Amino acid sequence: MTQSKFYNAIFAAGITFILACLMIGVKLNTEGTTLTVEGATAAQWGWIIGGITVVFFSQLFSNQIDSAFGKLPKPAVSQLVPQSLKSEAMKPWLLAGVIVIMLIWPFMASRGAVDLATLTLIYIMLGLGLNIVVGLAGLLDLGFVAFYAVGAYTYALLSLYFGLSFWICLPLSAALAALFGFLLGFPVLRLRGDYLAIVTLGFGEIIRILLNNWTAVTGGPNGISGIAKPTLFGLEFTRKAKTEGAETFHAFFDISYSSSYKVIFLYLIAVVLVIFLIYLINRLIRMPIGRAWEALREDEIACRSLGLNRTAIKLSAFTIGASTAGFAGCFFAARQGFISPESFIFIESAIILAIVVLGGMGSQVGVILAAIVMTILPELAREFAEYRMLLFGLLMVVMMRWRPEGLLPMKRPQLELNKQ
Amino acid sequence: MSQLLLDVKNLTMRFGGLVAVNGVSLEVKDKEIVSVIGPNGAGKTTVFNCLSGFYIPTEGSVMLRGEQIAGLKDYQISRKGLVRTFQHVRLFAKMTVIENMLVAQHRHLNTGLLSGLLKTPDYKRKESEAMDRAAYWLKEVGLLEFANREAGNLSYGQQRRLEIARCMVTQPELLMLDEPAAGLNPNETKELDELIIKLRDEHEISILLIEHDMGLVMGISDRIYVIAQGTPLANGLPEEVKNHPDVIKAYLGEE
Repeated sequence: MTQSKFYNAIFAAGITFILACLMIGVKLNTEGTTLTVEGATAAQWGWIIGGITVVFFSQLFSNQIDSAFGKLPKPAVSQLVPQSLKSEAMKPWLLAGVIVIMLIWPFMASRGAVDLATLTLIYIMLGLGLNIVVGLAGLLDLGFVAFYAVGAYTYALLSLYFGLSFWICLPLSAALAALFGFLLGFPVLRLRGDYLAIVTLGFGEIIRILLNNWTAVTGGPNGISGIAKPTLFGLEFTRKAKTEGAETFHAFFDISYSSSYKVIFLYLIAVVLVIFLIYLINRLIRMPIGRAWEALREDEIACRSLGLNRTAIKLSAFTIGASTAGFAGCFFAARQGFISPESFIFIESAIILAIVVLGGMGSQVGVILAAIVMTILPELAREFAEYRMLLFGLLMVVMMRWRPEGLLPMKRPQLELNKQ
Repeated sequence: MSQLLLDVKNLTMRFGGLVAVNGVSLEVKDKEIVSVIGPNGAGKTTVFNCLSGFYIPTEGSVMLRGEQIAGLKDYQISRKGLVRTFQHVRLFAKMTVIENMLVAQHRHLNTGLLSGLLKTPDYKRKESEAMDRAAYWLKEVGLLEFANREAGNLSYGQQRRLEIARCMVTQPELLMLDEPAAGLNPNETKELDELIIKLRDEHEISILLIEHDMGLVMGISDRIYVIAQGTPLANGLPEEVKNHPDVIKAYLGEE
């Protein structure tokens, strides 16, 4: 054991050495037309050697370190909440309190914070949608961003060519994304696991490349700009009404113009949409269809033998998940005012998937929590600039090592039996 | 007298050049326990897969109450009242016991999206009926107290019983059990024995059984079919089959 551990440690240290030399140890400088290789300073070499030593010893004594870590108490997120708040009777009050705080908060916070919160809410919507497909139905979807793109472009194009308003396009976006989900569902019905992941990955790329190249309609890489903002019963949030005969919000209520009204209004729309989605999906999970999704994840063959039509169940999961993303996409387009295929790259799919896995598969509260963590952490880590993605990856590794079941694993609903 | 429930004629299943099942015929009447036995690899489970629609038989007819079901999809067949279990436990392990029972009743529930979202009276009534049926069957197999436990955390014997309860809650006419006693201890086997007889006598369903436990098979079967190498070898009452020279030969080999 000790010998293999020693080789292991040497190997790990060697890898670290090679990586560190390539990334920190040498530097390329341009002098005129030639490239010169410049070695690192003595201080940097000191750091590199220090790092290698740490890797070597941590590998050599990994068993001891692991067992020491194992003795540490695991942080139980569920125990952070006092017991008195967990009782069923408190739930509606707690919920009402959270909603009230969410509605009042933006009037006190800074504009940037409200904007960030709106972005978080978009990711919550996406996370909730993917949670149906991956968390509940167990269908690994790596191209979820495609439906997000469909939703966003539906609103952008309908608004651009036909002048349709946000509120009309919202259900249309969801419906069109649902249609795409349905269409994708057909060819992948028989696929599971890795194969399904690859096909959905391809689908995500197809949509993005299509948007990129169909220049005549989508504007290609230039995207679509000047997308109309949502209105409040026809009241616009601009300084001057853009459309003929429309009134502006500040003029109607006779208050002075402030650009933060628009930000707060968008935030409030997002809050309403998220609450609506949470309610909807929460109901679905407790309905026969939600149970069927989970049953399909657990054992497809048993489902078939019990008279469940797996085709219908899979398609419904894809369709409903996709429509949620379409919803989020429509709102995203309205908030940004500008969209391009750049916004719908694979890394977006990966982030949404990370939200679902980090939150705890199937757990709605977990997904919400993870979406908050995943959008706010990168903002906080802004100073680290190029190391942001590195920190992000580190967080993932630590999370999966420490709490593989996610932040808040799904709790089974306890059902009351009417005992005879 | 009792009616013919399942009538299988000349069932044949080929996989390429391999003939897994060759011309098997069998009948199950109402309120009858029928067993299918045979050495390992004889094709018993393949017969089950053909009957339950997991395979589409190459030849032959499968009539359930006079209706041809060969070629129907698996879920369509189980909706017609022919439900099966598997050699290995196939529960929805991460769902609770009661959820397992509710999933099985999917087709009896109101699955309309709108009625569920709005909780219409019809939806609520059907959910509550399903809960009552689930509770009834959990009580029958002695699992009522575990209703809110995760199915995967039950003991092996309990999981086996839950599988049967989950089938029964779909209100089948014919229950097909694939080696239900495999891995059970003698006590649990005895309980299973009593449960199967109770299902026939009190709940008036028929049971088609694959089993290796000869004590169980001989004790409860009304009739037995023997299959060896995919071909029917003998059939009849337990006593007849037990003493049939071909059967002895197939199980013990010649001299």
